[in-house]
Amino acid sequence: MFPSRARRALRAGAVLAVAALTASACSVGSIGSGSDSSGSGTTTITYLTGNDQTNVAFQTALIDGFMKANPDIKINLETQPGGTEGDNLTKTKLSTGEMDDVFNYNDGSLFQALNPDNTLTPLGDQPWVSQLTDQFKATVSTSKGLYGAPLGSSQAGAVLYNKKVYSQLGLSVPKDWATLMSNSEKIKAAGKTAIIQTYGTDWTAQLFVLGDYGNVAAQQPDFATLYTENKVHYSDQPALQGFLNQQNAHQAGLFNKNYASATYDDGIKMLATGMGAQYPMLTGAVSALQANYPDDVNDIGVFPLPAQKASDTKLTVWQPNALYIPKTTTGAKLDAAKKFVAWVNGTEGCAVQSEKSPPSGPYVISSCKLPSDAPTLVKDLQPYFDSKDFVSALEFSSPIKGPSLPNITVQVGSGISTAAQGAKLYDEDVKKQAQQLGLPGWS
Amino acid sequence: MATTVARGVETTGVVASAPRARRRKSPYPLWFYLPAGVLFVVLFAIPTFASFYFSLTRWTLFKTEFIGLDNFVQFFSEPMLVSAFGHAFIYGFLTSAAKVVLGLLLGLLLTSSIVGRGYLRAVIFFPVLVSTIGVGVTFKIMMKPDTGLINTTLSWFGVSGPGWLTDPSLALYSVAAVDIWKGVGIATLIYIAGLVAIPQEYFEAARVDGASGWRNFWNITVPLVQPATNTVILLSLIGGLRSFDLIWAMTNGGPGFTSDVIASVIYKQYQAGFYGLSTAGNVVLFVVVTAIVVPISYLLTRREVNR
Repeated sequence: MFPSRARRALRAGAVLAVAALTASACSVGSIGSGSDSSGSGTTTITYLTGNDQTNVAFQTALIDGFMKANPDIKINLETQPGGTEGDNLTKTKLSTGEMDDVFNYNDGSLFQALNPDNTLTPLGDQPWVSQLTDQFKATVSTSKGLYGAPLGSSQAGAVLYNKKVYSQLGLSVPKDWATLMSNSEKIKAAGKTAIIQTYGTDWTAQLFVLGDYGNVAAQQPDFATLYTENKVHYSDQPALQGFLNQQNAHQAGLFNKNYASATYDDGIKMLATGMGAQYPMLTGAVSALQANYPDDVNDIGVFPLPAQKASDTKLTVWQPNALYIPKTTTGAKLDAAKKFVAWVNGTEGCAVQSEKSPPSGPYVISSCKLPSDAPTLVKDLQPYFDSKDFVSALEFSSPIKGPSLPNITVQVGSGISTAAQGAKLYDEDVKKQAQQLGLPGWS
Repeated sequence: MATTVARGVETTGVVASAPRARRRKSPYPLWFYLPAGVLFVVLFAIPTFASFYFSLTRWTLFKTEFIGLDNFVQFFSEPMLVSAFGHAFIYGFLTSAAKVVLGLLLGLLLTSSIVGRGYLRAVIFFPVLVSTIGVGVTFKIMMKPDTGLINTTLSWFGVSGPGWLTDPSLALYSVAAVDIWKGVGIATLIYIAGLVAIPQEYFEAARVDGASGWRNFWNITVPLVQPATNTVILLSLIGGLRSFDLIWAMTNGGPGFTSDVIASVIYKQYQAGFYGLSTAGNVVLFVVVTAIVVPISYLLTRREVNR
């Protein structure tokens, strides 16, 4: 009697558990589909972006602005970590069809790795496309279409310098590498750090190489194409020069003493306070400068990493990240998503962009204009854009970027390996990426 | 009482090895095994075989392309692989050797009649309980070159400490030292269990023969804690060879590649999106650890039985 009752109880329990599972599955589904067909006519979409604090504040302001203008659309903000972890999450979500209705992600080589023709909605027919710069269009397009809209301004990979230190020592902006080195010796003699390096945050080590690309392209205009076809390499000139520059600067003892452990934040502090004079960095650093050193931000200027010859010196420019809509967004949600993307790049969206996130360079869409009170370093960049003395960074004109460059440049900049060894290692690293992408000429 | 227990243990031993000779009827119905069986197949068997398959493909998460053994060729031609293997061996053997020596010495100390023995045992074991990532982050801060606790303390004595984690020739050893600090508690615990199991009669007999403390140690204690030593060596060698979390938390394999081990090379490949390649790396790591540990385990246990 007792055992059979126990068995019945068990069976009842199992049925209950199954029922609970089915019920919960139902309700998950109905939340998703309910918002589409709800009577009030509100469409709810989700928007995925990076989870760092300044970015979330900026994105929230953007969404609030949009929802005020479009009360029939509701946007929920979702966040995920950036960096390589974010890359993996993005790919996983796209490949499983779980991607949010709109997402904010890199363009150039990382965008190419998303398999855009199969996973993203083409946006080439949207009205704002005609206002984009050609350089930006190229970084969000495949041979089959255009998939992304810009969010934020462009930035340069260049040398940020402290103008106070420069004027105290009577220095002028260097146009060639030799002048940069002689300037640096004078700064060092004055007891300050000539060149700030922060290998505690390893991506910052890459600037000598990545920021030198403008100079490479000036000497070899078809470098990107040949590079993608496996015909030119970093172990040869002119591309090798970036690694050599880093090695030479290390050997000349121009770096801060704690370069091996200092972090990006330490670097910003050294630059803003004038303890260090020059920092090869992305101009996106302006948001950190403005947030933490608002009184000093206008003492910071910028110049391109100089080439060996002054005539080859060109600014290397990073395109802003982009907004994408996955193929899985359809119907009313797709319309809402397109509306949001267009609004961000319209007059109202641009106003929010420049108010909430200080521009780090010119915008890439003609509907967005730089505000008159833009920081000094942004104004320093404008002449290079006006005279077209700039080149998009290599990652925007070639799908290949080796993942180990941070470690390799840390090695070169710390004297663990030579420039030639580092460049050779990087060529090996790039090979894997090219094979993974299935590019011709690399197997 | 004691003999019955011993006999009981013996008989269960026989029962456990019996199915090999003659299949017995299982005391449970088949459905009783079903939940565990389903879990095993879904969570262990399928992923294991899937990973063998994916290690033979170029996998982008969007599509797979079968490329035979190319991933393994590429994995073995990875420029950093040789040094990563070297680092993993140095790390594995260094930490397990240190844990044997320190574990035995601490075990001796903590089985002697010192004041506050229970408290001291707890203190030695405490680091084992703390999360590895937590330990890694804490030591990373303490080992900072100019502001870290260790070098600040050294500077009071006029010593300027090195960059423990930023000096390329030191980084791996600094991490190994932290690993030893964290893991020696387990080794000590195993040794304490081994030491208290040695019958006191041997020491009494040795005392009658006038043996010195040194001889007691070498000729009685060391041979008779052999089983404990084997366990410590095996556990810490396996742990050391596939070690990842502490290294990743403290150095990310850096500076450059100077503290990269096999597991961190594989992780970086995964991060870079080379999913097939990193799966191949895991298959290799599995084979290598097995190839090292199985013979060692066989050798050590055979010595134990022969004695």
